[in-house]
Amino acid sequence: MTKGARQPFRTAVLILVWGWLLMLVLAPNLLVVGTSVLSRDPAEFIRLPFTLDNYIRLMDPLYLDVFLHSLYMAAVTTICCLIIGYPFAWALSRVSKRRQTLLVFLLIVPFWTNSLVRTYALKLLLATNGLINNALLAIGVIDEPLTLLYTELAVIIGLVYLLLPFMILPLYSVFDDLRDELLLASHDLGAGRWSTFVHVVVPLTLPGVLAGVLLVLLPAMGMFYVADVLGGSRNLLVGNVIKNQFLDARDWPFGAAASVLLTVAMAVLLFAHRLSRRRLGEEGG
Amino acid sequence: MTQTLLSLRNVSKQFDGKTVLDALDLDIQDGEFLTLLGPSGCGKTTLLRLLGGFEHPDSGTLVLSGEDITAKPPEHRPLNTVFQHYALFPHMTVFDNVAYGLKMEKRPADEIRQRVSEALALVQLDDFARRKPHQLSGGQQQRVAIARAVVKRPKLLLLDEPLSALDYKLRRTMQIELKRLQRELGITFVFVTHDQEEALSMSDRVVVLKDGKVQQLGTPREIYERPANLFTARFVGETNFFPGVVSRIDDEHIAVDVQGLLRHLRKPTFDVRVGQPVHVLLRPEDIRVLEPTADHGFTGKVIERNYKGSTLDSLIRLDSGQEVLASEFFDEDDPTFDYRLGEPVRVSWVDGWEWLLPEELNEAEVLSDDLNAEAPAGDD
Amino acid sequence: MERVIARWLPRTYLTLVYVLLYLPILVLVVFSFNASRTGYQWDGLSLHWYESLFNNRAMVKAMWNSLWLALVAATVSTVIGALTALALHRYRFRGKRMLNGMLFVVMMSPEIVLAISLLALFLLIGMQLGFMSLLLAHVTFCLPFVVITVMARLSGFDERLPEAARDLGASDFTMTRTVLIPVIMPALMAGWLLGFTLSLDDVVVSTFVSGPSYEILPLRIYSMVRVGLKPEVNALGTLLLVFSLVMLMLSQWILMRSKR
Repeated sequence: MTKGARQPFRTAVLILVWGWLLMLVLAPNLLVVGTSVLSRDPAEFIRLPFTLDNYIRLMDPLYLDVFLHSLYMAAVTTICCLIIGYPFAWALSRVSKRRQTLLVFLLIVPFWTNSLVRTYALKLLLATNGLINNALLAIGVIDEPLTLLYTELAVIIGLVYLLLPFMILPLYSVFDDLRDELLLASHDLGAGRWSTFVHVVVPLTLPGVLAGVLLVLLPAMGMFYVADVLGGSRNLLVGNVIKNQFLDARDWPFGAAASVLLTVAMAVLLFAHRLSRRRLGEEGG
Repeated sequence: MTQTLLSLRNVSKQFDGKTVLDALDLDIQDGEFLTLLGPSGCGKTTLLRLLGGFEHPDSGTLVLSGEDITAKPPEHRPLNTVFQHYALFPHMTVFDNVAYGLKMEKRPADEIRQRVSEALALVQLDDFARRKPHQLSGGQQQRVAIARAVVKRPKLLLLDEPLSALDYKLRRTMQIELKRLQRELGITFVFVTHDQEEALSMSDRVVVLKDGKVQQLGTPREIYERPANLFTARFVGETNFFPGVVSRIDDEHIAVDVQGLLRHLRKPTFDVRVGQPVHVLLRPEDIRVLEPTADHGFTGKVIERNYKGSTLDSLIRLDSGQEVLASEFFDEDDPTFDYRLGEPVRVSWVDGWEWLLPEELNEAEVLSDDLNAEAPAGDD
Repeated sequence: MERVIARWLPRTYLTLVYVLLYLPILVLVVFSFNASRTGYQWDGLSLHWYESLFNNRAMVKAMWNSLWLALVAATVSTVIGALTALALHRYRFRGKRMLNGMLFVVMMSPEIVLAISLLALFLLIGMQLGFMSLLLAHVTFCLPFVVITVMARLSGFDERLPEAARDLGASDFTMTRTVLIPVIMPALMAGWLLGFTLSLDDVVVSTFVSGPSYEILPLRIYSMVRVGLKPEVNALGTLLLVFSLVMLMLSQWILMRSKR
């Protein structure tokens, strides 16, 4: 590879991609951070002076309630995904290789299909005169329709439904790497099933768990359309707050502060994920 | 035959501050089979890549048939490479792979078809033109790689450890095949290997490289019988080293005190003086193992014996503690000849079969390294 | 007995979860052929909702807008993403880790964070919200996925192939055309298809950076489904699902075939 001959191409590509990322990722994000410490202006969106007011306002009971509720729903969603996904990923990794290809394909499909449409499809099931109520009424389990739609439960069901594959895929990838020999070795060395699970399986699948949590928890706070479609006006997500502040209330600094909060949460999770992987790299190889 | 095809002058190359080639001079002659031999990391692959144009020297020049090609990119050099792992284009058929170089020359379609089928016939792959590389065995892929390179009729063919990925038997077959091709085509071959046996059996001349410097350049016989230094002696074949001290010098002979025994040896090509420490080198097949009652030689005991089919290799520990490897051919008169472990013997050699080398500065390092250890392919 | 459970429990569980994952989609598809006006009872087979969908001019317009946007966004992100992957694969340069890290962060960060940051930027530089702002935003979130797809292909790429081509007389340009691009073609196609689908389905980012001048499909659906049920959406959703599924199968087929 002659250095000289490639320099122009190399330079052009690097300028292009760096330019793109700096202009459309770094600069905008810095802009948001900047905005979050400015004051609101009805006409120009933002103005001086600098203030930490927006962050303090996040602690306002009115918003704090919304945030805590959103966090609560996201946490429940994540835990549900983990409880459903962990055994699922394990079972999936034990299926014959030929079938796995098809089953993994079926898991990727949701990633490629419109999540709004699938959220809407849930509505068909959950509505007062929707499929679930009709079915339950028909077999006589209930006498009058349950209120499923526009509840906290509906939002959580929606989030779990949309995000479950994102929990399963990283878990599946760690289970797939977990060789049977390790389990056999553990049994061979005298560990029972429970000890093997606690001392071998859990530590080795931890990076997958954290990756899954990362891929579920944050979107579960941001996917405002799920709350809009399934949750009615009471069950808001952080995403709804940010969206409302930006697009409806036009309170940019406050929306920006909420967004910075999300970003910080992501950074913490990313860091935890890296840490767990590095630990495995050093200890397990 | 002895016309110089390519000469390298004062060629140096560094990677990340580490010197890989050190002011190297080399003349490659037209039509020869030249082998670059050395342990992993010796610079042989870098030298080949420099010839191919994939790397450029930090200093020095490459002159091919009177033309300076130092700065030329690979596509403008009239030489071609057979890569270690073949580097066949996976998306093209065998035919398209071989035709690629001719298409680059913008040859007419008829000529391309003809020359490709000739090249495939040459490597006995006529029937495989429509296959994709992944449908071929390792040996067949190797042949395609060779056909792809020779179809361009290069002045020089560079082969980068081309046989290293093949199993032992196929390797032997391909060695013979390569020799045949080289004779038939009359193309100069520059062949890289870390396998000294391969180097000796195939080449017209061998370049022994270490630390980016030429250790020795010569025919396989010269390299084997008259190694220029301890490294070459140790790297090429098995060698016994006996430390000695020069005790007397005549016109044609010198006397050397080898562990208390005085041997009269031919005067070496390097300058000697009385009292100088030297190494007396003997190949295992030049060692004579004698009855313990013999009147000369070092006394010792057999500590290991290895039946090798045509030879019996034995390791003998001398009373001095030194271990000597001897390789003896079976004698037709005594087909059951063998040693017991622990059997006392005497070790000697016929005067004149030894080779003398002077003491070297860093010889402890040279003599202790496990030079023949098979290195992971291609990491130098 | 224990053995039977050990054998059938995992299978039953897998089947159950898959059924739950696909049930809503199935219901949606079935109901898209429902003749009923209300959308809750089954009133017989009908293509009525597909018909009304294609008679809705605003809807058809939004559909074309979305397809065009997805086409351009996928193409631009494939070109930039492929070049980036090549640069990351081939060259050593300062800030390489940072570049990798930034792409990773873009991929992992919640869409809404990306969305508001882009909105802030566009308004700051006074850009009219419309096709252009949508395009820039879509290319940005598609980019990491293309880079990853192409990088995966390049990691299995024999470093000696470009050298072999040069050795046989190809210039750098010819080598790229005849060897490099054909070899990474499956990844380019898969990356393009993924980008196309991501762009076509995006709601979050588009909500922020689109303007009245360029209405796209997901936003139109969004405004329709926020309240109540719209049988038209069943038909539209079915079309989108089928379309995405075809894209996905195509991409898998391309990648699978190239592995042989």
